[in-house]
Amino acid sequence: MTTAPTARQGAVGTAHTRVEGRDKVTGAARYAAEIPFPGLAHGWLVLSTVARGRIRALDTAPVLAMPGVRTVLHHGNAPQVATDYPGLMGGKPDPTAAVFQHDRVPHPGWPVALVVAETPEQAREAAEALVVHYEQEPHDVVFTADHPRARPTGGFGPAVTEKGDLEAELAASAAVVDAEYTTPEEYHNPMEPHGATARWEDGRLEVVDSNQGTMWVAGELANLFSLDPSAVRVRSEHVGGGFGSKGVRAHQVAAVMAATVLRRPVRVVMTRRQMFSLAGYRSPTAQRIRLGADADGRLRALEHRSLSLTSTVHEFNESASAPSRVMYDADAHHTVNSVVRLDVGTPTWMRAPGEAPGSFALESALDELAEKLGVDPIDLRLRNEPERGPVSGLPFAGRNLSACFREGARRFGWADRDPRPGVRRDGRWLLGTGTAAASFPAGAGPSTAAVTAEADGSFTVRINAADIGTGARTALTLVAADALDVVPDRVRVRIGDSDFGPAMIAGGSTGTRSWSWAIRLAAAELRERLAPDVRVPPEGVTVRSDTTAALGALTQRERHSYGAQFAEVAVDPATGEVRVRRMLGVFAAGRIVNPLTARGQLTGGMVWGISMALHEEGVRDRATGGHYGADLASYHVAAHADVPAVEAHWVDDHDPDDPVGIKGIGEVGIVGAAAAVANAVWHATGVRHRHLPIRPDRVLLAGAPDA
Amino acid sequence: MREFDYRCAHDVPGALALLDGDPEARFLGGGTNLVDLMKTGVERPARLVDVRELPLDRIEPTADGGLRIGATVTNSDLAAHPEVRRRYPALTQAVLAGASGQLRNMATVGGNLLQRTRCGYFADITKPCNKRVPGSGCPAVEGEHHNHAVLGASEHCVATHPSDMGVALAAFDAVVSYATPDGPGELPFGDFYLPVGDTPHRETALPPGALITGVTLPAVPVAARSRYRKVRERASYAFAIGSVAAALDVRDGVVHDVRLAFGAVASRPWRARTAERALTGAPADAGTFAAAADAELAAARPLPHNAYKVTLMRNLVVAELTRLTEEASR
Repeated sequence: MTTAPTARQGAVGTAHTRVEGRDKVTGAARYAAEIPFPGLAHGWLVLSTVARGRIRALDTAPVLAMPGVRTVLHHGNAPQVATDYPGLMGGKPDPTAAVFQHDRVPHPGWPVALVVAETPEQAREAAEALVVHYEQEPHDVVFTADHPRARPTGGFGPAVTEKGDLEAELAASAAVVDAEYTTPEEYHNPMEPHGATARWEDGRLEVVDSNQGTMWVAGELANLFSLDPSAVRVRSEHVGGGFGSKGVRAHQVAAVMAATVLRRPVRVVMTRRQMFSLAGYRSPTAQRIRLGADADGRLRALEHRSLSLTSTVHEFNESASAPSRVMYDADAHHTVNSVVRLDVGTPTWMRAPGEAPGSFALESALDELAEKLGVDPIDLRLRNEPERGPVSGLPFAGRNLSACFREGARRFGWADRDPRPGVRRDGRWLLGTGTAAASFPAGAGPSTAAVTAEADGSFTVRINAADIGTGARTALTLVAADALDVVPDRVRVRIGDSDFGPAMIAGGSTGTRSWSWAIRLAAAELRERLAPDVRVPPEGVTVRSDTTAALGALTQRERHSYGAQFAEVAVDPATGEVRVRRMLGVFAAGRIVNPLTARGQLTGGMVWGISMALHEEGVRDRATGGHYGADLASYHVAAHADVPAVEAHWVDDHDPDDPVGIKGIGEVGIVGAAAAVANAVWHATGVRHRHLPIRPDRVLLAGAPDA
Repeated sequence: MREFDYRCAHDVPGALALLDGDPEARFLGGGTNLVDLMKTGVERPARLVDVRELPLDRIEPTADGGLRIGATVTNSDLAAHPEVRRRYPALTQAVLAGASGQLRNMATVGGNLLQRTRCGYFADITKPCNKRVPGSGCPAVEGEHHNHAVLGASEHCVATHPSDMGVALAAFDAVVSYATPDGPGELPFGDFYLPVGDTPHRETALPPGALITGVTLPAVPVAARSRYRKVRERASYAFAIGSVAAALDVRDGVVHDVRLAFGAVASRPWRARTAERALTGAPADAGTFAAAADAELAAARPLPHNAYKVTLMRNLVVAELTRLTEEASR
């Protein structure tokens, strides 16, 4: 083998079907809750039906007498766990997963018991028969923009950023936009429900799970149960979607407790309805944006205030002002992220946390400003391209937003657009087009990898990556093949096993970038070790890497993916129906490893943006505090018929400082998508919709355009 | 989930015998609603009697020029039947507007009539619901009711009937046939669903233990010029927020005959007889159509969050009758 360049074409950048695709479509690939275990028992979670209070008693005796029931775990008998350790992000972890530790009920759907039986049907029947007596207390679940308990709070970044005199700049502006925008509770709903099986094997805890990072879950379980980290192994081979919801949750902890008590393997799977209570969600947001600009569109003032909610037991901040801290500068630039604690479950990361709802407000407000100034919405954005990070002051490491807009405008046919609203008709439909900008941070986390040259000439990569449906396993195969200068068929990538050592989770659009880095480091060193005449021993030659030092040496820059979103919609003003006719996104997202799966990631995000704009809305019943319609018949996402033509393209995007060149593509696809749709609805009808989703009743009752 | 017995019947007397009048037993058609309700605990039958094998899967002409549709005819077969498409196009359109291809291949005509409301309180056994647990209350009146009833509801229940097919059947004066151990019976569609009143848990006038055997459509000449229009929040795979089945015969600019029924506004498919009376003999123009819709909707009692349905239904009536008038004049 030689390190000299060869004529062989690289695998990265060419389309490859998933390496496990055949297994998945034939059913050979097994998901966490499908893997058989001898002696398996099944646990079923019982959730609180009251929003706030105390558990007075549980009538366990009749349930224990039911067929197949082996135990009922609750706060009176469950093993104790620790909750005061530093979690993934450094702070205390969300205690929602630390089940059955006390009698308090802090929100509806709080886990109060686990019924374990021989079959899932027996466990479910018994769980539904368990009578729990509560001492109910009054609850507050109503999220309002002016909630008296709202407080500025840091989350991803500081609570408040401030420069310049906002009121003075607004007063001096030729045009001002001052508007409030809201987004509702939104739920991840991956197709594969959360499920885990726990068992003890030779003094070691083994968990087969569906998650976004096995080290993350293993670390949390080791901390919770006060175990040595080496005594916990978590595997997660195939994952049917995560979107931020698949970390440590009540089901894994309950399964470990039951496996410990019963000394046999125990599986706990959530129902779709339980996922609404236990798997996290995106907080609703109430955002106020004030923009002031000169007549030519240059921003003098930008204020973005965002309020989101969290539970009473853990702080999570949706941080929706995040895009304003990156996208546009102004002489006076103020951003605030506030949080109010309510008697609801803890929200969590959900595809493009912060940026998804934040870009809806910011990019809608930009469109309103363009309307007021009589400036083209794309021109307005290009006239406000900042030289440096508006808050950080750091230079941008490649900011290809303008290239995205130019290419998108060309492909979409933007130049022919008549800016006047409400003037295009096709039968009963009013037609309109809209655009919006997108960005998402391009980060990376420390990762380790092991690359082995096998005696048969093949290579095995072991890295604790997670393929949550993104195609990460395939992307890493291509990256490894190029790094080893072999064809992808000779590389086998093994992922999803905490025994492989620490690696970044699949989250924050950092996975492929972080893991590729580690693989490339190990592969480069392996190739040096394998001189042309070196004979590979039967056990192979293995090289391990750790990217911690390399990451630390990276120049500080504003690093982001960018995108330009375009949408065409049809609105029937007589019925309020809104349908997207076509959508187009052009992205600058670094080096694209596998165009086939990358396109799916980007269009998937855009389709989710359609859902966010028009359909998704978690509804809370005020009286009980619980959910209304917690199923996929009521909680709507776009169906096939709602997604007629969605295209994603990309432009060359190169960061000279970055040895990997890969940015994330998991989240930028949804950013700005809802704003593009909402801006198109304005262009179709002349009516601004500042509250998502843009439901038929809202369109119908909005009637005539704003004065 | 409760364990249950499963039996498969092969003829109508056998099905009735297997059910045996047991209030804890249910007939199973396509299972597209009942099985969901069993999973969520809303229905907890001790025994299922599968009626899919019964010889009730035919669509046949009747002596007086109508059609008799067997109870186990699937939605897909009903929608595709040439005589249904030719003589009752709104019925085909209504069926195809519902569910998905896979569900329509399973769902049956008899089961469609007996499907339950999709009210989120009814579907959630942790919440009160007068339809599910009589006397427990109706949280929708004060709570979430964006897609609840504006016509014919009561303080005890504001749920809507979810059927699309039923709206066309209501417009065309269908008659429901059933069998009981004491012999067969018939119910005109207008009498099939009971008023809500203070007994929302009693939904139909079927005797206990009865099995729907079919639906008969009379000869309705005006139905050949009919349309079904469904408004829903997404383009497919969603229940209506409002729908209209309309048939119109205009002669010399005057409404000679009309059929009009509304979906997703009441506990049953809502035959708009007040509007029909206002339309018959009146000039076929937008003013008449709007006035007729207003006359029907004068009885609407909207809640704070579903008043849009009154506007929606008025717009739909005008749009669909206008479209039928234009089609007739071509």
